[in-house]
Amino acid sequence: MDFTAILAQIKPKLGCVADNLALIEEHIQQAIAAKADLVIFPELALTGYFLKDLVPEVARRLDSPEIRRLVELSRQISISVGFVEETSDYRFFNSALYLENGAIVHLHRKVYLPTYGLFDEQRYLARGEQFRAFDTTLGRMGMLICEDMWHLSASYILAMDGATTLVCLSSSPGRGIEGETLGSANAWQQLTATTAMFLNCRVLYCNRVGYEDGVNFWGGSEYVAPSGTSLTRARILKEDCVSALVDEGTLRRERIFSPMLRDENLFVTMQELRRIEQKRGL
Amino acid sequence: MAGLTANTELLRQILVGFVRDEVHKVGVRKAVLGLSGGIDSALVVFIAAEALGAENVHAICMPYKTSNPESETHARLVAKACGVNFSVIPITPMVDAYFDMFPDADNMRRGNKMARERMTILFDHSALLSALVLGTSNKTELLLGYGTLYGDMASALNPIGDLYKTHVWQLSETMGVPAEVIEKQPSADLWAGQTDEEELGFSYRQVDELLYRMVDLRLTNEELVVNGFAPEFIDTVYKKVQNSHFKRRLPVIAKVSNRTIDRDFRYSRDWGK
Repeated sequence: MDFTAILAQIKPKLGCVADNLALIEEHIQQAIAAKADLVIFPELALTGYFLKDLVPEVARRLDSPEIRRLVELSRQISISVGFVEETSDYRFFNSALYLENGAIVHLHRKVYLPTYGLFDEQRYLARGEQFRAFDTTLGRMGMLICEDMWHLSASYILAMDGATTLVCLSSSPGRGIEGETLGSANAWQQLTATTAMFLNCRVLYCNRVGYEDGVNFWGGSEYVAPSGTSLTRARILKEDCVSALVDEGTLRRERIFSPMLRDENLFVTMQELRRIEQKRGL
Repeated sequence: MAGLTANTELLRQILVGFVRDEVHKVGVRKAVLGLSGGIDSALVVFIAAEALGAENVHAICMPYKTSNPESETHARLVAKACGVNFSVIPITPMVDAYFDMFPDADNMRRGNKMARERMTILFDHSALLSALVLGTSNKTELLLGYGTLYGDMASALNPIGDLYKTHVWQLSETMGVPAEVIEKQPSADLWAGQTDEEELGFSYRQVDELLYRMVDLRLTNEELVVNGFAPEFIDTVYKKVQNSHFKRRLPVIAKVSNRTIDRDFRYSRDWGK
């Protein structure tokens, strides 16, 4: 079905859950007023990114008042939002929720925690172990959190699981000042376009902005059509809120025009992956 | 070399945004910085004026009696060009009062003392004006350790610490820093006729080409030689980087507890901002 998605390119405050919840709520209300169907927030929108030892302090259980409030708000609009999740066995995940009709439709825990260069996630967070597509009132979707998308297998699994929309929540730091565009923006734009094109899926990418300890987050949230064409793109390095008109016809036509996903041979893929798995003795 | 040619409009946007965001988020509207008459502080004051509004930026020129008079002229020119508040606070009385007790002190001790004297003035003005102190050390200087610890290296925020001198020249042109400041020989101005490049023994352009490949691209020594750098030059620069590393770190703390500051007590500085 056709739907309108809002990409809320916000600037969360580091470690300030109450302030960030208020900011998120404000954007949800605006999206409701704009009659959008879905509003998407960045990775760790509720907490900020470079949390380090703050992780246990800002983590919230699924039954916490903040999450319950967001679930409640989803009676009026579908919401996808990132936060630090605390489990009953005291693990902490970089998680994303998909909320709809007053319920949690899906919880994704970031699988690929970058721990190199300026990233240090695996020191503080537990790894998710699943990529699962899920049904929503707006069609079948898959969620990814930032680095997840840099692993081809993640988007591939979601597409094979029937997702037609990939929602990617991101806190991507900007770096690379040599080219026409920011290095990380350029890399991500290639990634979202290629992923959409390979898998005949649409991509809704929501990145944050602002600075934490001198690191900038570059924004540039976008809606990429299944052809790989970016149809809506938010500003670079500035707070923004863009509305994407996601239409079913584009997806249908693209899947007729380039039926790569239809022709994808899961049997061959599985056979070869099993062979590799055996060889590696996994 | 593509890597040393910056997209200066993009750089400008990132650095102006950085100063604005990082100053405002601590609940302050203003910045203060030392203006030497050289290009680094000139670039920072231009960035700050664009980020915070010229009326919220206070530039202080702090000459010593041996400083080249042209430096103050250039500082004044820069302040006027970007419209910031400008004042001159000579450091001669304080520095001389101290060295009257140590008349045999060499140039290095005197230069460091001057840099630290200036630092105390800037941080005093930070309190006076409710303004954050902006640093003006570039990446080349920071990597080579060509600066005074707790002197010119001290600041609250440094917009240009990840820019090589080569980038500083490029961005200064884009931002409209007066040409005479861009074109003159870089100098710490500690004594008459001193130039950085003579004191270092190589030019900024040469060393930036090397540092960029060594630090940013992580080329091996063998690869650097293949790239045309002399082994002695590589060795000299590597040692400078290594031997000055202490200047880029906080003081070392002896660990005795489970949570030692900065080792296993880790928070971003923007904690709660």
